[in-house]
Amino acid sequence: MKHSALQIFRQAWSSHRKWPRTWSSPEPKPAYDVVIVGGGGHGLATAFYLASEHGIRNVAVLEKGWIGGGNTGRNTTIVRSNYLLDGNEPFYEWSLKLWEGLEQSLNYNVMMSQRGVINLFHSDSQRDGFIRRGNAMLMHGADAKLMDRDELEKVLPYLDFDNARFPVLGGLCQPRGGTARHDAVAWGFARAADQLGVDIIQNCEVTGMRIKDGAIDGLDTTRGFIGAGKVGLAVAGNSSRLASMAGLRLPLESHVLQAFVSESIKPLVDTVVTFGAGHFYVSQSDKGGLVFGGDLDGYNSYAQRGNLPTAEHIMESGMAMMPCLGRVRVVRHWGGVMDMTMDGSPIIGLTPVTGLYLNGGWCYGGFKATPGSGWVFAYTLARGEPHRLNAAYRLDRFSAGRIIDEKGVGPQPNLH
Amino acid sequence: MAALTAARSGARVIVADEQSEFGGGLLGTGIEVGGMVARKWVQKMVEALAKWPEVMMLSRSTVTGYHDHNFLVINERRTHHLSNPASLMSRERMWRVRAKQVVLATGAIERPLVFTDNDRPGVMLASAVSVYMKRYAAVPGRSLVVFTNNDSAYRVVHDAIDAGVVVKGVVDLRDDGVSAAADAARCAGVPVYLGHAVTAVKSNFRGVKRINIGRLSADGRSVVAHKGAIECDVLAMSGGWNPTVHLHAQSGGRPVFDETNACFFPGVSVQAERSTGACAGEFDLSLCLVRAVEAASEALRQVGIDPVTVDTPGTAQHSEAPLRALWSIPGDPVMPRGKKFVDYQNDTTEADIRLAAREGYRSIEHVKRYTALGFGTDQGKLGNVNGMAILADALGQSPGAIGTTTYRPNYTPVTFGAIAGRAVGEVLFDPIRRTPMHEWHVEKGAAFEDVGQWKRPWYYPLPGEDREKAVSRECLATRQSVGILDASTLGKIEITGRDAAELLDRIYTNAWKSLSVGRCRYGLMLGEDGMVMDDGVTSRLSEHRYLMTTTTGGAAHVLNWLERWLQTEWPELEVFLTSVTDRWSVTSIAGPKSRELLESLSEGIDLSPETLPFMSFCEGHVAGIAARVFRISFSGEVAYEINVSADQGLSLWRTVMEAGKPFGITPYGTDAMHVLRAEKGYVIVGQDTDGSVTPIDLGMDWIVSKKKDFIGKRSLSRADTARANRKQLVGLKTENSTVVLPEGAQLVNGFSSSRPVPMVGHVTSSYFSATLGYSIALALIKGGRARLGGTVYAPLLDGQLIKATITEPVFYDSDNVRQRD
Ligand SMILES: Cc1cc2nc3c(=O)[nH]c(=O)nc-3n(C[C@H](O)[C@H](O)[C@H](O)COP(=O)(O)OP(=O)(O)OC[C@H]3O[C@@H](n4cnc5c(N)ncnc54)[C@H](O)[C@@H]3O)c2cc1C
Repeated sequence: MKHSALQIFRQAWSSHRKWPRTWSSPEPKPAYDVVIVGGGGHGLATAFYLASEHGIRNVAVLEKGWIGGGNTGRNTTIVRSNYLLDGNEPFYEWSLKLWEGLEQSLNYNVMMSQRGVINLFHSDSQRDGFIRRGNAMLMHGADAKLMDRDELEKVLPYLDFDNARFPVLGGLCQPRGGTARHDAVAWGFARAADQLGVDIIQNCEVTGMRIKDGAIDGLDTTRGFIGAGKVGLAVAGNSSRLASMAGLRLPLESHVLQAFVSESIKPLVDTVVTFGAGHFYVSQSDKGGLVFGGDLDGYNSYAQRGNLPTAEHIMESGMAMMPCLGRVRVVRHWGGVMDMTMDGSPIIGLTPVTGLYLNGGWCYGGFKATPGSGWVFAYTLARGEPHRLNAAYRLDRFSAGRIIDEKGVGPQPNLH
Repeated sequence: MAALTAARSGARVIVADEQSEFGGGLLGTGIEVGGMVARKWVQKMVEALAKWPEVMMLSRSTVTGYHDHNFLVINERRTHHLSNPASLMSRERMWRVRAKQVVLATGAIERPLVFTDNDRPGVMLASAVSVYMKRYAAVPGRSLVVFTNNDSAYRVVHDAIDAGVVVKGVVDLRDDGVSAAADAARCAGVPVYLGHAVTAVKSNFRGVKRINIGRLSADGRSVVAHKGAIECDVLAMSGGWNPTVHLHAQSGGRPVFDETNACFFPGVSVQAERSTGACAGEFDLSLCLVRAVEAASEALRQVGIDPVTVDTPGTAQHSEAPLRALWSIPGDPVMPRGKKFVDYQNDTTEADIRLAAREGYRSIEHVKRYTALGFGTDQGKLGNVNGMAILADALGQSPGAIGTTTYRPNYTPVTFGAIAGRAVGEVLFDPIRRTPMHEWHVEKGAAFEDVGQWKRPWYYPLPGEDREKAVSRECLATRQSVGILDASTLGKIEITGRDAAELLDRIYTNAWKSLSVGRCRYGLMLGEDGMVMDDGVTSRLSEHRYLMTTTTGGAAHVLNWLERWLQTEWPELEVFLTSVTDRWSVTSIAGPKSRELLESLSEGIDLSPETLPFMSFCEGHVAGIAARVFRISFSGEVAYEINVSADQGLSLWRTVMEAGKPFGITPYGTDAMHVLRAEKGYVIVGQDTDGSVTPIDLGMDWIVSKKKDFIGKRSLSRADTARANRKQLVGLKTENSTVVLPEGAQLVNGFSSSRPVPMVGHVTSSYFSATLGYSIALALIKGGRARLGGTVYAPLLDGQLIKATITEPVFYDSDNVRQRD
């Protein structure tokens, strides 16, 4: 069934009793051409593009819990393509282009809101860095705008311009950046993939991999063995766990990242703003809550919860940027497990095991990548080789030194 | 009782309660405890506890978070209730408690009933009605109807009668097993409608006016007969009680569904924690008190304290008939109108949850996210369990199978201000570091730049000068006579111990064992990936004592880096590290006249180039102050860095300024320093490098030892790191020599209006050089070394294209004659 205004009218007429299920939940078949492990945004998007772009429809997505329950449903929903390096920017810009037409291609409202992303800078050297990045974005065909203090005062009047420890000198804005509704992204991809014949199987945890003569044969799951011609891993924070089932050790560490939401307040923040002199980024949801976060907790963990010191630092940074937040109350905070790579960039491509493909290492920036990642991963799975856009994200780049280190902090995952 | 038990047994105790006074649920009841009214008994307990010096009583204090390792966060509200708080009193306080044992006695929260029109003003929780009347002596209305599925709500009948409120009736969902409570109500003259439900609520702008009631079918799924209407202005409802298992769940426990009480009980404890009382599902007061003593005793034993025996006071025993869990109450059979609200904050209705289930949102987490159930500031304290049970019903499962959503901090919302505490504002968010000479710079009107936490003089504008003019003047003065720079902020690490040289050898790319005492050497350090991480000059003070300098911004990171290697990888090395950045002030003088100037001030120091050549140091007195004088140069001129103890820094600086007058001594800031070093092609780590640059890329092969091992060495030979066409450091001269390229400009090979355009490099540093009379820039360009003399273009934001020629990165005195002089 297609969503449309007429449809809403029709359904209302029958007291909303006839809405179909957004996605069906079939019993797993004995085998599939392609099995995607991980029902987050990336896994579901991959399945959707496999079916829609490559005509591969005998596909299952296996999710150990409920779809979207991993980082997809935990993130601060910022979507942007303001990257510097050659390996990154074309990929993220393609992803942003897909976002821009996503609601039409999925026929589902993902609440994509291009409200602009502004990164503040507070020193000359930060300004230089942003000019470099902004120029690179423009050269790549993305949009970027350097804003000086006067312009910022007009759009972000609540910033502490004069009194801050690190005065605001300006910002780099990507007007096409913004936010999207994270859950809806998972649901929209699931619905669209389901309509094309993909099986979405929840409560199905992969517990082992069967490999024959160096090639993947199938997966052991909590719902039995499922044969697979090809397997694509899209399990974010659990990448190293899954890879170890295939005997692989990945160049990444799992870390906790927290996010926070405040009580609903009147409209205050109508863009996404990030602080440059501490770790803090914030946007406001349609419900009125400020959605914000900061840095990793810093230690390796698979636990989906964080601790107080990082929360404190985030509140401090928030108040340094916006002193008006002092009396705003924080309702809830939670954590997600981040697959942090050695250079802060993702890994999408082949593995040493034939037929086993990896999509991971998203660090804390993988939500924006969701459509792009699914698109290139589907291509890679379908063709058995990477697309031009993910060619730089190969797994063996670390040993060759082909690192894509946006922050330039070196091979220390918790600093990216 | 638990606190008293612990206190009497000799434990240190914190009692935290979110309310303004202690007593919890007892405050709103008329129950007797120990032969007195509950409120009196509470008062006596509080007094008894307050006598113990090791007991801390925190009221208005909510435990908002229960973290790993029994770490609890308590949010105390200190001034909210004061009409006129002292001006310096903090509004809130965050207590961070690492508890050995925790007893949770967080009670239970009453549950609404889900029936038609249950959101009308005047529909209240039964316990809330009681609290108004019993605790605050306020009546919420004049005529009351009670709607319940359990015995506890019958208390409000008697409370209301005591308060002079007319009780029009009790509508009880339960049919059989007429309980003692119902009898008592009837005795008081209140009609009780068993097996009935409220089917509609009529209200006007003042609130509830009338309710309709009807007789339920045996399975409770429909209303079989309309019974009539009752006029009232308050409807007190009770759907049973939810134990407050939040903190237990935050600590890692998983609540389990109890079918009899139709609510979640705490599960198995994961941390040193136990629940007692209503939050553990014990709803009988006298038993609560007994269990509390037991819980405390058990906790005490765990930490090796023998619990004393504490007697619990008697209370009236009463047995309650079981409740009837009817999660969604049918409405009027003829005219089913109105909505049944589940989440009062987000207007989530019963129908919304059923619709979600129909649409395939079946995990409770999906339902929550699809309907906003539990997304309000109460985080579902009122509505969640009802919502879960309705979903269970829609899916034909039991609420236990559905499970709860995750309980997370904060238990109740906490302000940013409380969490940030005092680390706010200009001064306390992040410490400001100032050099000993700061005062002088301020006097002279310096413009400051933030470098990490430091405030550094950026340039010193004279009246009428802008930044460009000031910087040009400062540069020229230094090249022509003598300039003075406050270099105190550079990181300084003293490295001592038998293996100090060995450590340097492993950390830096060049060799250190050959450095003799009294000499200095420039070093580069790389990350494990072979990329330049920091640089600086290190001097050998004595046999086993070195002074390392780092970049201003990199000081803390470098110290951590060295410690990390020493502690985790090379514990066999005997090396000790001390940060001495703040211990020394550094006055740097540079320029052709610097030697003459320093000679006029120093005692016991031979400054002749033979005794104190470039890259060496000596000790002596300058202006009568004990000093170390390093002959190091970052400007390309003869230069001396005079280190004196920090407290003497300002005095030395003033003396040097005074003595320098005849030479026209000119203070210069970081901006001029940047220009001077760029003229010489010296890189600044972090400006000309970005974590992707090797020493080879910088043309600094000469500093990379081929013989010994060092951190990052192996990475340098990786395929991509050893590739020929990497981005390399070069100089740029613009075609129009007055045009200064913007730092951060991207470089392309030619004009193109299509996108993307391949970028060949970018500008890292760019200035107008007053000394040379033209603009200069440093850039990283792909295969740049092979393109010397070639042309690149910098497209600007406004569409302009600047043409530039690729040159050697050294623009001035390429033979280094001046600094060695
Ligand atoms: C607090 C926080 C804030 C963030 N903020 C942003 C942001 O603002 N912008 C941005 O772009 N990105 C952000 N991110 C990152 C982003 O959320 C992730 O990179 C992205 O959602 C990853 O999507 P995914 O589909 O790869 O992984 P997930 O959504 O985590 O999906 C992986 C799925 O795999 C499942 N799984 C794991 N193991 C198994 C198994 N053995 N068998 C079957 N299934 C399994 C998991 O249950 C999970 O559902 C943030 C992340 C967090 C935690």
